[in-house]
This record gives sequence, structure tokens and C-alpha cells, in this order.
Amino acid sequence: MAGVPQRLRTTWREVPLARHLVLAAIGLVLVAFTLPAVGDFRATQLTELAYIALAAAGLTVLTGLNGQLSLGHGALMAVGAYTTALLLDERDAGPPLVLVVLAAVAATLAVGVVVGVAAARLHGPYLAGATLAMAVAVPGIAVHFRDQLGGEQGLRTYTPEIPGWAADAAYYLTGSDPSRSTYVAFLAWATLLLGLVLLANLARSRTGRRWAAVRDDEVAAELAGIHLGRARVSAFAVSAAAAGAAGAMLAIADRNVAPGAFNLNLSMTLVAVVVLGGLGSLTGAIIGAAVLTLLVSFGPGLGRSLGLDDLASEQVAPLVAGLVTVAVILLAPRGLAGIAQGRLAARRARRAYTSAPSSDGGSPPSSSTPAGSGSAGTSTAVSTPTGKGTP
Amino acid sequence: MQQLVNTALGGITLGMVFAAFALALVMIWRSTRIVNFAQAAMAMVTTMLALSLIERGWSYWAAFLAALATGFVLGAVIERTLVRRVEGGPELNAVILTLGLFIVLTAGAEIVFGSDYRSFPVPFSLSGTEIGGTTYALTGFDIFTVVAVLVTMGLLLALFQFTDIGLRMRAAAHQQEVARLLGVKVGRMLTLGWALAAVVGSLSGLLIGGGSLVHPHYMESVVVFGFVAAVLGGLDSPAGAVVGGLLLGVTLSFVSGYVGSGLVALAALVVLVVVLMVRPGGLFSATTARRV
Repeated sequence: MAGVPQRLRTTWREVPLARHLVLAAIGLVLVAFTLPAVGDFRATQLTELAYIALAAAGLTVLTGLNGQLSLGHGALMAVGAYTTALLLDERDAGPPLVLVVLAAVAATLAVGVVVGVAAARLHGPYLAGATLAMAVAVPGIAVHFRDQLGGEQGLRTYTPEIPGWAADAAYYLTGSDPSRSTYVAFLAWATLLLGLVLLANLARSRTGRRWAAVRDDEVAAELAGIHLGRARVSAFAVSAAAAGAAGAMLAIADRNVAPGAFNLNLSMTLVAVVVLGGLGSLTGAIIGAAVLTLLVSFGPGLGRSLGLDDLASEQVAPLVAGLVTVAVILLAPRGLAGIAQGRLAARRARRAYTSAPSSDGGSPPSSSTPAGSGSAGTSTAVSTPTGKGTP
Repeated sequence: MQQLVNTALGGITLGMVFAAFALALVMIWRSTRIVNFAQAAMAMVTTMLALSLIERGWSYWAAFLAALATGFVLGAVIERTLVRRVEGGPELNAVILTLGLFIVLTAGAEIVFGSDYRSFPVPFSLSGTEIGGTTYALTGFDIFTVVAVLVTMGLLLALFQFTDIGLRMRAAAHQQEVARLLGVKVGRMLTLGWALAAVVGSLSGLLIGGGSLVHPHYMESVVVFGFVAAVLGGLDSPAGAVVGGLLLGVTLSFVSGYVGSGLVALAALVVLVVVLMVRPGGLFSATTARRV
């Protein structure tokens, strides 16, 4: 009875790293096969989805897991994007792309630590106001330091050529040379999946449990020996790093980094994404990003069919995003992930009730993850980024 | 010397508007413990409405009053239908709700009013005042701005201090349970508080927009400045909001005049962070031990 399948199942359940890596590998293969087939326009959209999802994943860890709201993640994306643009400012002599992205992440991480130190002492509306100020202030810096950062026009970025082996591999897989958009989309998705694996593992680790403890009860966490400030700053820094990577992808995808791209709308969109997906849920962040990206692509068409002119049609997407945010927070504050998790928990409970009461049934195997056993409160629905896949 | 005086004058005018905006935030904070991040968008909507009315041939004053009345209704409706449901809940939900409203109102205004930059005419001279041979950048509209904000503050003070309804509003904000036991209709008072705050917010929108260009995003930075001003004075204190607004206005005016206008928002951020680090309760915190 025990055998290999049983052991695999146990590993799947109890070793999050293995589970996350397998899922990410599957995702990467799916992306590798899908991207060349969808055409340049869709690839560009998928790129946008990927970097919005990555920044939102960072934000959802910060807000859902650690209880700090940031309205300044658009500004943190700007830090990553400008770092990338400064490093990729020559047509061919740029450093390797991996180093560029790592530098962007490092720069944003550093900014995240500084902001995090200030943010760790604030809560609720104060934190929201301070990060909002950051979102408004940062684009101004780029405008002010015109010579270094390009002012309103921004900086141009040059994407390095597609490396030979990548082109060969793509040709081998699909029978055609990859286009630039496909390559960039693949880069963005690979970064997203890598980021998700790291974030998901961190959320499941001791660090993640510390963050959750600080969120749930400051006093109890402090009594348990957790340094509140350190936990908050580390959460903010990690979250910022994700936003920095997202900004790097934005810079590479758009080939231009200008302050206009990092307006308040971007930060607000990220908040809308994580609220819609469900605060704290990484899966939710991807779904939320997908929904909002779809919205952005359908919005103008919808607006025009309602008889609006082009400029007004552009605003249909943010309008719906705002309405969705308001509706979600009023009707289902735990977002899509919360709704799904509630359904799942209800089904599990039903099944456990109908099957023999003596069997161990589907009760959560939670020897190692006390916080993972869903439905225990409003906010513990956090640590299963791949909830729907488990048997 | 002249530039110095002009910068200071500009700062004071700007500061009065920030003060009005911060006052509106403080009114809402005191009664419902919510920072209304949608306030700037609400003010923008009423200002755009006023401008549309003026473009249809209304007089400035009729449009002015119409904007304030719309603000009153908008504030009341938003409190009663939306904000009421998150009052007393997790503070994150209220923040996210008002931010969602901010997005909705801004995008909605772009659809309804268009996103062009339009100039907002005012029935005042927009040229400087000449005193003793030198021309100072104090326009008729600037004087009107200062007077309007001062009058509004006086009216609010009178309302809260000397009228029965003001007393009931204060009671509802201070001790909901006790006020309710004593027969105050707390819900109605909160709605009224939001409505009045929205009127003050609309006033600041009209004053910022007047004589310059307005478009659906023109209030975006004012959200930040108003919030910083309110925190500077301590979110709880109306007098602090006024002083905070003035201080911030003058500071930002000098930053804009002598350093660079791109860094104004950054300066506001620095002011905010310094205040929150050094005196989290604001410069005039009467109460101590309030966790920020």
C-alpha cells in the first residue's frame, strides 16, 4: 500500500519547495509552448500580465501576509525600471541581462529597506498616506534630474539580442524563429515564475510565519520573541524586490522608461489586483492580474460600443477596476481566492462528514504548518498558492 | 527680496487651500476614524461640474454654489451607501474602499467631462497687486481664497461650538454609544459630517482650480499634500490642520521656487516622514500614546 505513489503524495504535501518547483516547471513548459503560438500582440499583453502579476505578488505578500498596505509599489517598480534603463542604455555593450535584472532587484531592495524602516512604525491610514506620497513623489525625481534620468521623455532601453542558444531552442521546439516580443514575454514569465517560487517558499518558511504572526497579533508575536521591526522591514524589502523585478521587466518590454508610466494609476491598479485576487494569495495575484489585463484590453472596445470616443474609452478599464475594488471590499473582502477557498473548505467538510467518520479523511496534514489549515479566520487563507491543485 | 515675498505670499495662499482640504480630512477622521482618500476626487468632480456649468453660461457664483451643494449631496450619499458598511471594520478595508472610490471618480470624470486641460475662469483680477512701486504676486483671487477659507473655518467653528446640531455631531464623533443612549441619531450625524467635509473639500477644489487649468487629475497631488498637512497638525486637531496646511504651503512654495517644482511632492514626503518619526501625533498633539 505504501509504495512510491504514496511517498510522492507525502512529498507533494509536506515539501513545499518540491511542490512549488514542479508547478513552476510545468508553468514554464506551458509558457514555452504557448508563447510562440499566440502572436506578437498577445505576447505583449502576456508580458504586461506577467510584470503586473509579479509586482502584485510582492504586494500581496506584504499586505496579506504582513498586514502592511503599500500604495507606493508603482514607485518601487519605477526604481527597478530606471535601474534597468540606466544599465541598458547602449545598443550592444550592455551587461548580461541576468545581471541587469539582479541589479534592479538589488537597488529596489535597498530602497525597500529604507522605506520599510519608515513604514514599520506606521499602520493603517498613516502607512497608506505615506506610501501614497511616495507614489506621487518618485516620478517627480525623474522629472527633476533631467540630465541623468531623461525628464518627462524618459530613458530608452535597449534589449540585448536573443542569445543564440535560446533562439536555437525555440526553433527546435516550434519550428520558427522567436520574435522579440515572444522572447521578452518568455523572460517576463520566467521571472514571474521564479519570483512566485521564491515568494511562495518564503511565505511557507519561518520568515513567513513570523510575518503572519506580526500581522495577527503584535503583542503575542513580540512575546514569542519576534522582533516586530525586523519582521516588518524584511517583509517590505522582499515585497519591494518583487516590484523591482517587475519594473525591470516593464523597462525591457516597453523599451522606454518615463515618469508617466509610474503614475498613481499604476499603484492603484496593483492594489486593485491584490484586492480582487484576495489579499495574501499568490494565485489570487495572478488571477487578479489576468482579469485586470483582460479588462484593459477589452475596456476600450466596450467603451466604443457604448458610444464613447477614443479618449473616454481608455478610461472604461480603470473605471471598472475601481468599481470591482469597491464591490469586492464590500461584498467579499477576501477576494476571489477567499471565495474559492471557502468553497473548497465547505466541500472538504461535507466530504469528511459523509465518508466514514473514523477514517483520517481529508483533514489537513498540518504538523509542520500550523497556519496553513485554511478557514481558521479571516486572514489565514494565505499560504497555499496552489490550493486548487492538491487532491 | 521681491521673489522671497512672492514665494511667501504664494505659499500662504496655497497653504490656506491645503488647510481647507486638511480640515475636511480631519472632520471625517474625527467622526469615523477613516482617512478619506477619495476626497480629492470628490472635489475634482464638483469643480469639473462647476466648470461645465460656467461653460453653459452660468455665472461663477451660481456654479460655485452648485458645486458646494453637489459636494454636500455626494458626501452624504457616499457615506450612507458605501462607507457605512466599512465603518468600525478593519482599517485596511476603509482605506481600500476610499481608494477604489478615488479610481472610480477619476475615471468616471474623464469619461463624463473629458480629459482635456480647461481653464477655469474666475471673476477676479489675476494680476499682481502693486504696493509702493513694486508688484507683488498677490492676485484678487488669492485674496478671495484666503477670505473664503477663513470664513468657512469661522462658520464651522460656530457650527460645532455654538449650535445644538454641532454639539450632537461632536457627541456622535466622541462617544458613539453614549450619544446614542442620549438620543442622538449617530448615523445621521456621521452622514452630515461627511457631507459637510465634502463641502469644505469642494471649496478647496474650486480654489485650487480657479484661475488655472483643471482636468480630471489636477487634484492628484493635493491628496498627498492635504494628507501631509492633516498629519502635520495631528489628524485629530482642526486647528492643527490649519496650521499644518499653512506650514506645508509655505514650505512647498519655497521648495518649488528655489529648488525645483519636480521635487515638491518629494519634499512633502520628507516632511511627512520626519513628522511621523519625530512627533507621530502631529506638531500639536494634545493626547499622547496614540500608536501610529
